[in-house]
Amino acid sequence: MLNYVIIGNSAAAIGCVEGIRKLDKDTPIVIISDEPHRTYSRPLISYRLGGQTKHDKIFYRGENFYTDNNVSTLLGKRVAKLNASSVTLSSGEEIAFGKLLVATGSKPFVPPMTGLDNVKNKFTFMDLDSSIAIDGLVTNGAKSALIVGAGLIGLKAAEALLLRGVAVTVIDMAAKVMPSVLDDEGSALIKARLEQNGAKFILGTVADKFDEATAYLKNGDKVDFDVLVLAVGVRPNTELVKEAGGEVGLGIKTDKFQKTTLDNVYAAGDCTESFDITAGKDKILALLPNAYLQGEAAGVSMAGGEMPYDKAIPMNAIGFFGLHVISAGDSMRTDGKVYAEQIKDKSGNVTGYKKLVFGENKLVGYILIDEVDRAGIYTSLIREQTSLSDVDVTELEKSPRLMLYGKSYRKEKLGGQV
Amino acid sequence: MKKVYVNEEWCLGCHLCEYYCAGMNSGERDLVKAFSREKKPLPRIRVEEGTDVNFAVQCRHCAVPYCVKGCITGALSVNDGVIVCDQTRCVGCLTCVLSCPYGCIVRDEEAHVITKCDLCLSRNATPACVEGCPNKAIVLEDRE
Repeated sequence: MLNYVIIGNSAAAIGCVEGIRKLDKDTPIVIISDEPHRTYSRPLISYRLGGQTKHDKIFYRGENFYTDNNVSTLLGKRVAKLNASSVTLSSGEEIAFGKLLVATGSKPFVPPMTGLDNVKNKFTFMDLDSSIAIDGLVTNGAKSALIVGAGLIGLKAAEALLLRGVAVTVIDMAAKVMPSVLDDEGSALIKARLEQNGAKFILGTVADKFDEATAYLKNGDKVDFDVLVLAVGVRPNTELVKEAGGEVGLGIKTDKFQKTTLDNVYAAGDCTESFDITAGKDKILALLPNAYLQGEAAGVSMAGGEMPYDKAIPMNAIGFFGLHVISAGDSMRTDGKVYAEQIKDKSGNVTGYKKLVFGENKLVGYILIDEVDRAGIYTSLIREQTSLSDVDVTELEKSPRLMLYGKSYRKEKLGGQV
Repeated sequence: MKKVYVNEEWCLGCHLCEYYCAGMNSGERDLVKAFSREKKPLPRIRVEEGTDVNFAVQCRHCAVPYCVKGCITGALSVNDGVIVCDQTRCVGCLTCVLSCPYGCIVRDEEAHVITKCDLCLSRNATPACVEGCPNKAIVLEDRE
């Protein structure tokens, strides 16, 4: 067979390589990426900026990963066009493929804002180069930062900059932080933790206009900054597949083997849609574990095997200054039973909470803040859509323990092969 | 491959396995010394107590390891069937805690990393939990 070609070099791409190599040890794989770096962990760009990890620890796989897996790389190259059995690089060079994976990820969405072109030090904080560049500015004396967008990317950038002693202001159009992941109570806890560590929030407003180092907000406030981070949102990179005639909705459409509607073309990661089993609909689940699992499933299929990926659920593990949040599934649903409990410290202050969301005879979502140990037991109930008839619900509400399962489950899972 | 299994019929719920695990993995062979340190050693095995049954549980070294597949840094990997964590690459994001169906990833809050059972491979000996269980409820067996 001809080469496998993978466009992209992050989690989905690496999952694909590892998936292919389960079945096919020999056929060469070519990775094409527009970034010049060997595979690195994208979420770690904030940890690198904040000094929470070192540059040499951000790489997602070891130095010999490509040679060990017979992968050749074309780094710093952009794919301009997808043809029936080849891709064309922007340099004009054509690379033939037998099977292709599109793992092009997502791109930042930056709404039009007057005067943005005047701002020199502006970043979208989506890649290693932006992390290195901001690091350089901070090292050279940048003292203040404005972050537009209080989602995961914006808040991790905020934490990193605060750790570096930078004065941070975060603005968002929404009235709360992390609106897509957290309810009001959880959002307030995260905001408070960041505020305790120096962050200033201006919520429910947008930036109207920019000078080189000043933002003028709609609510009348004026914010000066040395560094501007634009983290409003992301959009899947679907253009290559769309222009080649493949089906695209919010993201690239695939079947459960990650195959697109184009012959021999697969897709995985943030550029695709996933079927969220908790919401019962296709969604963009731009999450690293999801990207890896999709990529791995694609790789196995590309090599002739079958490994359906049909258990996708939203899930997040994130922390700010030691306050951990773990959530999974459809945790915002309000039409079913909800079990909620506050976590308090010795003085009675609320430090976190537990929220379990039930659907028809199953757990469909949860949020744990502060007390997050063993959260995966809940995740598993959601992922496997375990019937509540098979578990002890009182035990389940108390804490995530395997005791909630019956004896036969324990015999099978703890006494056998899993 | 040999793995650690617990026969819940025999588990007394004494928690000794937790002490042996934590002690041995602290690198200090003397349990009293290990637990006298300022930083208490962390067990990677956990006993669940019920009304009429107790059992210990630690990493199942799953064939489909969601923790490894979901690890954002690449710190978790499978080494000859054993799931191991390179703590120098772990940032304590807890995506593995989110992912593990058995709740077997242990947080080391102070060090901002996770730790987990590696079947005592790192100390090249029979797992301390197996060695120390007074009722032989914890065994090392090949059940494949």
